Amino acid sequence: MKVWWILLRRELGAYLMSLTGYVILAVVTFLLGVGFTLVVMAYNGDSVTVPLTELFYSTLFFWLILLVATPVITMRLFAQERAAGTYETLMTAPVGEVEVVMAKFTAGFLFYALMWSPLLACLGIVHHYTGGGSAFDWWPVASTGVGILLMGALYVAIGCLASALTRSQIVAAILSFAMGLTLFLLSFAQYGLETRGGWMADAAGYLSMLDHMEDFVRGVVDTRRVVFYLSLTVLFLFLTVKVVESRRWKQSA
Amino acid sequence: MIEVEHLHRRYGRKQAVVNVSFTVRRGEIVGLLGPNGAGKSTILRILAAYLPGTSGTVRVAGFDVGRDSLEVRRRIGYMPENNPLYLDLRVREYLKFRARLKGLGFRRSRLRADVVLEQCGLTDVAHQMIGTLSKGYRQRVGLADALIHEPELILLDEPTIGLDPHQIRVFRQLIRDLGREHTILLSSHILHEVEMTSTRVLILNEGRIVVSGTPDELRLRMAGGGQVVAEIQAGRAELEAALENLAPLQECVLSPLDDGYWQVQLTPRTVVDLRPAVYELAVQRQWKLRELALRRHSLEDVFVQMTRGEEEQEGWE
Repeated sequence: MKVWWILLRRELGAYLMSLTGYVILAVVTFLLGVGFTLVVMAYNGDSVTVPLTELFYSTLFFWLILLVATPVITMRLFAQERAAGTYETLMTAPVGEVEVVMAKFTAGFLFYALMWSPLLACLGIVHHYTGGGSAFDWWPVASTGVGILLMGALYVAIGCLASALTRSQIVAAILSFAMGLTLFLLSFAQYGLETRGGWMADAAGYLSMLDHMEDFVRGVVDTRRVVFYLSLTVLFLFLTVKVVESRRWKQSA
Repeated sequence: MIEVEHLHRRYGRKQAVVNVSFTVRRGEIVGLLGPNGAGKSTILRILAAYLPGTSGTVRVAGFDVGRDSLEVRRRIGYMPENNPLYLDLRVREYLKFRARLKGLGFRRSRLRADVVLEQCGLTDVAHQMIGTLSKGYRQRVGLADALIHEPELILLDEPTIGLDPHQIRVFRQLIRDLGREHTILLSSHILHEVEMTSTRVLILNEGRIVVSGTPDELRLRMAGGGQVVAEIQAGRAELEAALENLAPLQECVLSPLDDGYWQVQLTPRTVVDLRPAVYELAVQRQWKLRELALRRHSLEDVFVQMTRGEEEQEGWE
């Protein structure tokens, strides 16, 4: 626990002291701003019955940020240390594999959360101009936040695994992008399978991130969704720990 | 402090370490010497619990590096090859971070950081970014990190690589000073360095320990007592005949100098100092003797001889 905290501080420091960290923040702020502006412009003057968050998630910007930013955030976690050799000094200190993985994951996750913070500003603007009160419902905003964080946790965990597998940051980014994109594209699988019906279409329906997000932005926090994301996150973190441990496994003679 | 028994390590098909056994006692400074690719770094990495051996047992301070890796890692200060550091941290920050990571408390890590900064001559650059430091200073930061938690055993992999001669001298002095309180195992492919710092040397070649002993022992063993060089004024035939009878010689080389002097190089077969005998002979025959010296072999000679021998054997197969 203590090691986790010490490493977490170091990892967060690394994000906030590197140019990459600020480039990510700047790009995401820009994309969020553009997406938000487009949404507001499109509905300017019209009366809108659905929550604004729902309008926003249906634009491409939301998914683009999730799919592209997470590999960039996570690619450095292990790969950079392996390439620089500092991984050796880190792992020869008395630290456990689980603590190292958890510290790196938490740092990536917190940075991911920080990255979404401009969204709060966007919502604040809307809140201000709608005059607050009844026109603005905070509950869907909160549940959207939960959805963003749950999806982020999974994508950051995927990124951790990808980064632990290689010493090249580029390879790590490509790998986690590919895994993340595959998971996302499963959302569309149900539409292809729908006509045939059967269990495959049902299964694909459960995996649809678009559907999950739709629930979240409407203020529905479904336990099944929460369990889905949390369990997959734990699975990918478990795999990461195993990859980190594997260096010390005995070779078969 | 270190007990290694029948250690093997393979990388795929390549045998990096072959049946290596050695022990290091508390308080020793042991040098691992060998050409590049001899397996030095692999052995250090196994001792630091970073890599497992393929077979064999390795114990550090009584703990098995595989089973009790955390206990081992608590007791060692390891500076890997090329001394990797976080370049985006300041020196003192980095040392405090490492101290905390190695289990020191908040106050204690600040205290120790200041102590090792002083000890390694880093006080002036304590607030500089590691990335802006010269190679020599970075090397000292690496050493300071290895020392910060007062480990029982210090493992240094090629600690002076890439330093200039002056820095190397400073660094060696540092290592010798440390040797008074710590057990140190360092690797190098520079013989002179090991000769200067270590109390005992292990020479590795192609994953095997070829020879081990104190620098003096090794020199003596290889040189067989040492070559004697003399400059004597005498007739050649007379000189040769007399010297042949002096002792069983491996080699006797005469080369002419000015004024009828000969330079005589005598290499005895056994461990013996020939100087008194040569002096006696000169007195007895009333030769003029203007120089008489025992040529001490550097460890370099031993090293070249040992590792070359291995290569030749390989070639014969």
